[in-house]
Amino acid sequence: MKEFGYQRALDVSGALALLDADPDARFLGGGTNLVDLMKTGVERPGRLVDVRELPLDRIEPTEDGGLRIGATVTNSDLAAHPDVRRRYPALTQAVLAGASGQLRNMATVGGNLLQRTRCGYFADVTKPCNKRDPGSGCPAIEGEHHNHAILGASDHCVATHPSDLGVALTAFGAVVTYETADGPGELPLTDFYLPVGDTPHLETALPPGALITGVVLPPAPVAANSRYRKVRERASYAFAIGSIAAALDVRDGVVHEVRLAFGAVASRPWRAHAAEAALTGGPADAEAFAAAADAELAAARPLPHNGYKVTLMRNLVVAVLSELAEEAAR
Amino acid sequence: MTTTTTGLRAVPAVGTAHTRVEGRDKVTGAARYAAEIPFTELAHGWLVLSTVTRGRISSVEDAPVLAMPGVLAVLHHGNAPRVDTDYVGMLGMPPDPTIAVFQHDRVPHAGWPVALVVAETSEQAREAAEALVVHYEEEAHDVTFAKEHPDAYSIPGPGGPAVTEKGDLEAELAASPVTVDAVYTTPEEHHNSMEPHAATALWDGGRLEVVDSNQGTIWVAAELASLFSLDPASVHVRSEHVGGGFGSKGVRAHQVAAVMAATVLSRPVRVVMTRRQMFSLAGYRSPTTQRVRLGADAEGRLRALEHSCLSLTSTVHEFIESGAGVARVMYDAPAHHTANRVVRLDVPSPTFMRAPGEAPGSFALESALDELAEKLGIDPIELRTRNEPAVGPVSGLPFSTRNLPACFEEGARRFGWADRDPRPGLRREGRWLIGTGTAAASFFVGAMPSTAAATAEADGTFTVRINAADIGTGARTALTLIAADALEVPTDRVRVRIGDSDFGPAMIAGGSMGTRSWAWAVTAAAGELRERLALSDTIPPEGITVRSDTTAAVGALAQKERHSFGAQFAEVAVDVSTGEVRVRRMLGVFAAGRIINPLTARGQFTGGMIWGISMALHEEAVRDRNTGALYGADLAGYHVASNADVPLVEADWVDDTDPDDPVGIKGIGEIGIVGAAAAIANAVWHATGVRHRDLPIRPDRVITAGPHV
Repeated sequence: MKEFGYQRALDVSGALALLDADPDARFLGGGTNLVDLMKTGVERPGRLVDVRELPLDRIEPTEDGGLRIGATVTNSDLAAHPDVRRRYPALTQAVLAGASGQLRNMATVGGNLLQRTRCGYFADVTKPCNKRDPGSGCPAIEGEHHNHAILGASDHCVATHPSDLGVALTAFGAVVTYETADGPGELPLTDFYLPVGDTPHLETALPPGALITGVVLPPAPVAANSRYRKVRERASYAFAIGSIAAALDVRDGVVHEVRLAFGAVASRPWRAHAAEAALTGGPADAEAFAAAADAELAAARPLPHNGYKVTLMRNLVVAVLSELAEEAAR
Repeated sequence: MTTTTTGLRAVPAVGTAHTRVEGRDKVTGAARYAAEIPFTELAHGWLVLSTVTRGRISSVEDAPVLAMPGVLAVLHHGNAPRVDTDYVGMLGMPPDPTIAVFQHDRVPHAGWPVALVVAETSEQAREAAEALVVHYEEEAHDVTFAKEHPDAYSIPGPGGPAVTEKGDLEAELAASPVTVDAVYTTPEEHHNSMEPHAATALWDGGRLEVVDSNQGTIWVAAELASLFSLDPASVHVRSEHVGGGFGSKGVRAHQVAAVMAATVLSRPVRVVMTRRQMFSLAGYRSPTTQRVRLGADAEGRLRALEHSCLSLTSTVHEFIESGAGVARVMYDAPAHHTANRVVRLDVPSPTFMRAPGEAPGSFALESALDELAEKLGIDPIELRTRNEPAVGPVSGLPFSTRNLPACFEEGARRFGWADRDPRPGLRREGRWLIGTGTAAASFFVGAMPSTAAATAEADGTFTVRINAADIGTGARTALTLIAADALEVPTDRVRVRIGDSDFGPAMIAGGSMGTRSWAWAVTAAAGELRERLALSDTIPPEGITVRSDTTAAVGALAQKERHSFGAQFAEVAVDVSTGEVRVRRMLGVFAAGRIINPLTARGQFTGGMIWGISMALHEEAVRDRNTGALYGADLAGYHVASNADVPLVEADWVDDTDPDDPVGIKGIGEIGIVGAAAAIANAVWHATGVRHRDLPIRPDRVITAGPHV
């Protein structure tokens, strides 16, 4: 494999400088995706700037009652944090639904958001792929796509984003914070990932050379009654074929507030705004949940072999919201 | 000089649980696998595989690569040593031309080996191999395996003729009050042994030395001798520890490429396959489409049975997955037709994979039996009991033993089958529908000639040498127990050495015949040694060695139907809204001859059953029609059961000592997977009321399967 340099950054400004000094350099978090991609030749960096030792490994309350999660917090530490478990239970469930214990000990929050699709064509450098090699084509559209996108895809790419964590963060309105040589910035997670369009190789709105420093979760009392459900083709250690993060606050039989995000259906974690709007202020019953799912999935454009995902997501919305409604009523 | 020391044991070792004799070495890392054994001056070869699916190599741009750091050679069809493929190998088949690497410019499938880059380090070889530019003239390909293909034809398989026919099938079907006519499919499946294929070749004093990971050193040595036109005695292959084989570890491209490079460079060369390369070069199980037609009278007695199986092979090698063979053993009917057909496509060559024929064949046949039981309103076990044949349905030969009813009886008792309500779709626990299913299993058993040597050492210990292969089965340990009993000494006085072609001819680890074949030779040599020691009271410094050869004894075995049998039970939970299927418990009860080491035997059975879970629910290699190559050819894309998918899995056995074997062994290697997928699929029907005839039973298939009960 290609030889590469390795340097460990000790502070944020140092990390930015190291990256800036070498156009062929990449940040290395836990390495659980990047290193795999280097082995298969999808990524060929000349230098890795290890940011895992940066002082960004804390989970702290924000002044307004939210949480600030450092970029180098490991998935394991995030899932185990008492405030996360109590106030954002779906976040813990999402993290624990992903990968394996060993990988979660390595993987970081920042890296999780920047992981690449697991589309088999993307991962195979002998195949065309518009995301890896712009303009080369997308073989998935006419080929294997039973686990590809039904929402927000384009004729250029139908890959999905594989993150579980990102789905829960999206439901809870998380904001990504980053640092550049020109100063800090932030992006709501719903704006963090770019639309696919005809540029599937451009995945995020992060400025070039930016380093993710953390994720801020706004206060969300509704999140205390939340759930993440992941459906996959084996019981563990597989990416989702459909997942849902949901939070529900029902008062006097009426939906006061609801949060819904879908995973494994789009190039990014999919915030189900249409479903949320359809539900808010209405009854909290299975019929309303199904109608809300239909409202969201009206935009679905399934391919010949992934139409089941429309049914799956509809069923998941009804099942998970029904569970949350029942539990809240007890 | 020492006094003789046999005859001290009263309690036999065979039949008692023993941990693996090399277990401590394996779990502490002391056991070295093929790619870990150091050699001085070792060079590393990296295979380059074709990126096109059919065509011709027009040029290999090796010059830029030869200038890269550490690169020693680039072997390809323009410069590689020539090999001879005009021979019949140990298994009675001509070699798969995939192993004759770099002999011509044709590319018959995606992932065909087109070059080997050799460098000082593995990393340099890989970087150079990935940089090597190969130009192709691409041709249109056909990789589409469908229910019917105009070019399909019949050939005999490893286990019997292509077609067997007796009786008037259509007449018996027409006269049957109850019939089943269904098509079942199984996907392309890969062995995926934990340890990748790895070989190191070197010339040492005019002798070719190969350190390898394989299922039979004599097999690999003989084929390498044929390929390179060498005296068989001048090829020495060793394979001490093997991290799984499952049928894939015979002669493969990596050994041949390593020998070529070692010859060209006059230094040791190691070639290791990557996981992705294994998906193209290590063989695999063909997908199958199978049609089963059954006709029965109102009491469930079969009047008609038809089982046809279509599989695929490459354009360069003929291998057939004989799925229809299982019906020739399991059930009789006045009209009984079986046929195995194959179609040649632009794909890699398939090969033997754990329970070839029986694994996919039993899925179709045992699912069809369950469908028949449903239509008849007869319990599935009772239906099978009513159709127990007295003799081989096709051969008319007697069974050596056939204790299938005993397996069902014991299995039903332990599983709680008697309480089962046969109606589907009735049991719910939360979001899960619960169901149970069963299926029968069988696998051919046999013995092949083998040789062994037993030595009484001057220090009072014993050394047994036999060219066996322990591919994770525990064969080395089993042979230790067998030798100890034959010598009538404690097991710690016996060391068994295996995996060395210099030990002489012996059966490979394959066909569920290894341990039985080797045990026969070990018993003969050790037994004779014990008798000889009884006559002399001293052992000379060089020890006393007795050799055995079972060729005559094995050849004298009477013709019989010889099989292991089993009854598989599964309980599943299905969420029809998400399509998730989870196995909750499994039980397999087997009649598989005398069990040598219950500890490793149980692992062998449950390992097969767990593979059956994978076969039922997970495993599937997806071939992309447009590119002709596999999609997601790695262990992230190709799912096998994870620990979380494997619940309570129990295996046990009934007494079934083989009267024709000196140790009573039949063979347990492969039967564990047979019938397991059918039992799970039948349980999914019982849970949901929907038949799943296509494996694996993926969530999308459950979701789109239509109305559930």
